[in-house]
Amino acid sequence: MYDAPNLGAKVEQKTNKIEANGVQVYYGDTHAIKDVSVAIESNTVTAFIGPSGCGKSTFLRCLNRMNDTIDICRIEGDIRLDGEDIYDKRVDPVQLRAKVGMVFQKPNPFPKSIYDNIAYGPRIHGLAKSKADLDEIVEKSLRRGAIWNEVKDRLHEPGTGLSGGQQQRLCIARAIATEPEVLLMDEPCSALDPIATAQVEELIDELRAQYSVVIVTHSMQQAARVSQKTAFFHLGHLVEYDNTSTIFTNPRDERTESYITGRIG
Amino acid sequence: MTDATSSGGATPRHSSSLLTQDARTLKRNAAESRFRAYGLSAVVIAMLALVFLLGSILHNGSSAFRQTFITLDVYLDPAKLDKKGTGNAEEIRKVTTFGYAPLIAASFEKLFEEEGIGVEGISAKKAGDLISKEGAADLRRFVHEDTTRVGETVSFSFLASGRIDGFFKGRVTMESAERDSNVSPAQLMLAEQLKEAGHLKTSWNWGFLTMADASENRPEAAGLGVAILGSFYMMIVVLVLSLPIGVAASIYLEEFAPKNWITDIIEVNISNLAAVPSIVFGILGLAIFINFAGLPQSAPIVGGLVLTLMTLPTIIIATRASLKAVPPSIRDAALGVGASKMQAVFHHVLPLAAPGILTGTIIGLAQALGETAPLLLIGMVAFVREFPAAPPEGFFDPASALPVQVYNWTQRADPAFVERASGAIIVLLVFLLIMNAIAIVLRRRFERRW
Repeated sequence: MYDAPNLGAKVEQKTNKIEANGVQVYYGDTHAIKDVSVAIESNTVTAFIGPSGCGKSTFLRCLNRMNDTIDICRIEGDIRLDGEDIYDKRVDPVQLRAKVGMVFQKPNPFPKSIYDNIAYGPRIHGLAKSKADLDEIVEKSLRRGAIWNEVKDRLHEPGTGLSGGQQQRLCIARAIATEPEVLLMDEPCSALDPIATAQVEELIDELRAQYSVVIVTHSMQQAARVSQKTAFFHLGHLVEYDNTSTIFTNPRDERTESYITGRIG
Repeated sequence: MTDATSSGGATPRHSSSLLTQDARTLKRNAAESRFRAYGLSAVVIAMLALVFLLGSILHNGSSAFRQTFITLDVYLDPAKLDKKGTGNAEEIRKVTTFGYAPLIAASFEKLFEEEGIGVEGISAKKAGDLISKEGAADLRRFVHEDTTRVGETVSFSFLASGRIDGFFKGRVTMESAERDSNVSPAQLMLAEQLKEAGHLKTSWNWGFLTMADASENRPEAAGLGVAILGSFYMMIVVLVLSLPIGVAASIYLEEFAPKNWITDIIEVNISNLAAVPSIVFGILGLAIFINFAGLPQSAPIVGGLVLTLMTLPTIIIATRASLKAVPPSIRDAALGVGASKMQAVFHHVLPLAAPGILTGTIIGLAQALGETAPLLLIGMVAFVREFPAAPPEGFFDPASALPVQVYNWTQRADPAFVERASGAIIVLLVFLLIMNAIAIVLRRRFERRW
């Protein structure tokens, strides 16, 4: 398959945060991901695009082992985070998920207060030594999640009472409260209106300074707007992976071209 | 679908007026109104049956909460109670119940002399039969509590005998008394005179809720105390055992156990267990807890264990259903921030499932509270006069249970037990009502939206 072009001239001094080699995923008898190899760079937004059912969400969930919760799911190949095999027997998925946070398609705040939503991760990972520490983490995360100003006066009201866009930003804030190194986002804007989407996209761009962000999206405009690298998936294959500008202006594979011009998908 | 295909031909169905219904529409509407009529009549029949049931129970049973009492001034004669005149409490305690009967007769005698009450042919001794056989025993207990009162005259309220009580509740009439060996019309006349003189009155009967069961020939003294306490002890055992075991089993089966044919079989069997006749659980309890484990018969602990076995499937089914109803996105969210599976379940899924679990548990408990058949097999049908001790020893003492008490009383010959049995049913229904109300309140309180 296609190799990640981290030797391109425009690429700055970036290291590969996650390297996947020859990943195969099976759901029972279904071969969902076929031999995918990809290198995800640090401080970069990487977009996964492709038609529905092409395996992009499945592949995303392999990166923090969320597929472990599905009994019939089987994964082969090699995925390394900072050079360490995340499917090694010694790896506890709980520790992995603290490093690789995730935001889901549907905003899913816990039915608790806004404060407790954010504080839950730091609490279970023991990141805060005192109440003051925790307050600080909550405020910092909400600020980075670009929602602080909207909720600072009602931290103890339920998170489920927020609007959809606010809920999703709350979920993003919750994901970054545990200080992850990589943030996986599975169609984070699919349930949001254009204004909330713009806010979340702006936020994603800001997050790039500190994290590797991997975003699955159905919207090609979104991929073009927020990502630096784009991977196009089709029928379980990784068809093409390159700089976003290259994918959208000069795709090499005709399937990619067909998809981005709207002929398939 | 069928409409669409059948109208595919050249039939001029669509050209007809909208103002007239075609045959097909008429038929469909008729079917719908028939179905509505069936449903409505079913509801009406059910409501009528319920009203009839509650009406008859209340009509028969409410009188059990009122009882006829006869108040007499009793001279606690030292000549009878303390023959040696020492005032020694031990000596006084030796006097049997029979020794107290003459005191009651004496107070009637005094009443006849002072107030001019009396009916031809009724001696003071015979008048003593107006008072329950329990009366002398009550008086004896009263003296035992404070033996220094011997020599005083006390105003004491006695239970009237079952027949006299029945007379004022309309169960016994002059005509029926003619044919009754237990009561004579003359005694009834005397009772009426006593009532006019203010010595006899019908009032609220706490004893029905607090006293122990009484024998066949003194229905007026029979109470639900031991049965209520026994049922309460059993409910404690059931709650303490079935809630943690049931919830833990459901969490394991629903969230942790691998999905394979073994867990499938277990799931099917749990559903089937909920449908097993309760008497089978009784036999199981008899074999395991009494014959094999050697636990005492008639004890609330055994009853509680048997009822726990019965309640567990209900709780497990309810808990699994409410765990299933928690959206998977909540589990994903918890796992996504790095919670372990156990943390995700206990911090997020379980609190959301709590209202359903609580409702299931209380419904299971209510079911267990009303269960009779298994208790008959483990000996809880025995006639128990002694109150069980306080827990934990009390769990091993013989006790009765509310539904068994109802069953027991319906078996007895004296018609006075009809009102007692209905009264016990009212008490049982009140308990069930309270438990269901608690379930509703808890549900409202803990219900959260997501």
